[in-house]
Amino acid sequence: MEEANIYINAVAGISPQSVFNEGFSQSVIKPSGNRFVCMEPDYDELIDAKLIRRMSRIIKMGTAAALKCLQQANVEIPGGIVMGTAYGCLQDTEIFLKRIIDYKEEMLTPTAFIQSTHNTVGAQIALLLQCHNYNNTFVQSGHSFESALLDGALLLKEDEMNEVLVGAADEITPASHAILERFGLYKKQAGDNGFYNYTSKGTVAGEGACFFLLSNVQGEKNIAKLNGIETFLDVPDEEVENKINQFLAAHHLSINDIDLIIAGRNGDKKNDAVYDMLDKNIFTDKQTINYKHLCGEYPTSSSFALWLALKLVKDAGAAQFLCNQIINRDVKKILIYNHYLHTYHSLLLAGAC
Amino acid sequence: MQTGSKVYIAGAGIISAIGNNIAQCIAALENSNAGIGEMQQLTSVHKKTLPVAEVKASNKILAEWAQLPANITRTALLGTIAARETLHNAGIRNFNGLRAGLLSANSVGGMDKTEDFYALFLKDNTAGRLRNVINHECGSATKIMANALGIKDFITTVSTACSSSANAIFFGARLIKNNILDVVVAGGADALTRFTLNGFNSLMILDNEACKPFDENRKGLNLGEGAGYIVMLSEKALQVLNAQPVCTLSGYCNANDAYHQTASSPSGTGSFLAMKGALQKSGLQPSAIDYINLHGTGTKNNDVSEGTAIKEIFDPHYPKMSSTKSFTGHTLGASGGIEAVFSMLAIQRGFIYPNLRFTTQMKELPFMPETTFAKGVEVNHVLSNSFGFGGNCSSLIFSKI
Repeated sequence: MEEANIYINAVAGISPQSVFNEGFSQSVIKPSGNRFVCMEPDYDELIDAKLIRRMSRIIKMGTAAALKCLQQANVEIPGGIVMGTAYGCLQDTEIFLKRIIDYKEEMLTPTAFIQSTHNTVGAQIALLLQCHNYNNTFVQSGHSFESALLDGALLLKEDEMNEVLVGAADEITPASHAILERFGLYKKQAGDNGFYNYTSKGTVAGEGACFFLLSNVQGEKNIAKLNGIETFLDVPDEEVENKINQFLAAHHLSINDIDLIIAGRNGDKKNDAVYDMLDKNIFTDKQTINYKHLCGEYPTSSSFALWLALKLVKDAGAAQFLCNQIINRDVKKILIYNHYLHTYHSLLLAGAC
Repeated sequence: MQTGSKVYIAGAGIISAIGNNIAQCIAALENSNAGIGEMQQLTSVHKKTLPVAEVKASNKILAEWAQLPANITRTALLGTIAARETLHNAGIRNFNGLRAGLLSANSVGGMDKTEDFYALFLKDNTAGRLRNVINHECGSATKIMANALGIKDFITTVSTACSSSANAIFFGARLIKNNILDVVVAGGADALTRFTLNGFNSLMILDNEACKPFDENRKGLNLGEGAGYIVMLSEKALQVLNAQPVCTLSGYCNANDAYHQTASSPSGTGSFLAMKGALQKSGLQPSAIDYINLHGTGTKNNDVSEGTAIKEIFDPHYPKMSSTKSFTGHTLGASGGIEAVFSMLAIQRGFIYPNLRFTTQMKELPFMPETTFAKGVEVNHVLSNSFGFGGNCSSLIFSKI
């Protein structure tokens, strides 16, 4: 995306860390085995109890994070709602699939089917807010969130609206975990010797729902600026450095202008080789932190990385405990680099206003 | 920013129940040959009771046409066939270094394979072939297609139920306008699955006969499958690729009905906002629209909601209109793509399509759809509607150059 003035006014995330409400617990929650599970908040404060009962876990997490984000930004109806989700609503999909099989395609009730469509979270947010504005859902694996973010940023750049709610949500279910485990994605046993120690193959499953209120209006409400979004596909490890340099140059920056790098290491040796390579080259002497020891690996995890970046820009001291190393408190410009399964690479640039 | 810059459509490709390419589809449209009938490809207990609009080819044959393995999802096979035709139709052999993207759409990704896998997996979670779930995610078909087409710069997939393709097309147009891409192949693909068939059946909105959109006595929709894509080019790409533009995408709008997860509001709020917004974006008056390709699913609910919104915008001067779902069935995530192809052809060749099986005007509406095929008509502007679950409503406007 070309340079445009895109600000972030609020952020809210439901993740495996207990960070939904202000006043962090100050301790990092570790995965149980090879799986992280989101710390779900008390939904009653945000959503009508009658509605909560009908919602699956991802719908609850997505709508609650969205509503909290709007609340913090003091926005009632955003100009648009744009979602990213790689897996969609797995729980309802599995329920309906099972019923089709168990009842041999007869006597089925529609509830699970209705809630299984990939746009359910975005639609539920619109329904709760009575928001008739732009509403879109992207489903491109490790670029689902980036597509949503690009769409949202362009809507602001085009002056279609002044405020847009952008978010991502993905869930793990016992079935999806079992299937992805069979693909060899996850560690056989989670290492006790640290998330990023390569004693075994695979990573730890993650999930989460993070939302951001983007605005094209400069003012007191801004907590950060979203300077750039870039995605690229299927790039070999040795070409990533070039891509990063090109991205920074396009934004009239060099690596020297970056105060902090948030990297997408996931604890799998092969996956992380590219980050090690960057550390020895372009990222030498730069503060680099990881984030997947907090949220696990999932296709829209870069939304959690952006959440973390904003917490660090806002108050590095308060968010320090989440980082795997002591960071310089004066964080102005943050570069996030992540790749999902070597196919979906993304760069996000955010910083103080 | 080049918001004023135009987005040119230079070609299209399609595979649907009425034909495996543009020529076959045109012949079927011209001869009023609907593609709705008894299930031949999908395995379901509803074979004898619920008519569907299937693509008339097995996965094995589709795989040969797509030059892909037969064990990948039908969605990816259908998409690849239509997207290949799109580039061929536009005379684009390579992208000459231009930035190219694939913006696709679908509603259930690789569900056609997942549902076979899941029956085995439920009995034993170490059972079922992994190759049948590896392409479950919606984005997977798009990645397979992009690899087949040699598109490397940008891909994404939209999934907003029945409006998915329309949203993919219009996001693609915006990527061109914002100078992010030069060439965009956009549209959608969806294969029939037991999952969707039973889902719609549980909602009791499937007709057990061939559907009758916008008819007083309509009883529901028929599900279909297929894929439809258009290729959009920037001004620069037109020159570099020496391509001939057919029409432009002059207007688009996405709005939300915010009424119910699956039902449309009786007032057609979302449909109204989408059509009105698209007209505004194109700078056209309602009277400039020559033809509306209706969403027209044939359900009681959709047609009255869409019709009410049309009445509000167009009364008393109604353009010609029809639902081509009376030919292709409702192809869900592919419908906006397939109907974009029909819209482009309407402008290019002066076609107006009939709304099959229409006999009785709806009592709520002062207008009725076209019932005969016409050609040689001066069609300057076409409005195409795609409305869906989750209140997601999108309208596109295609204009003659």
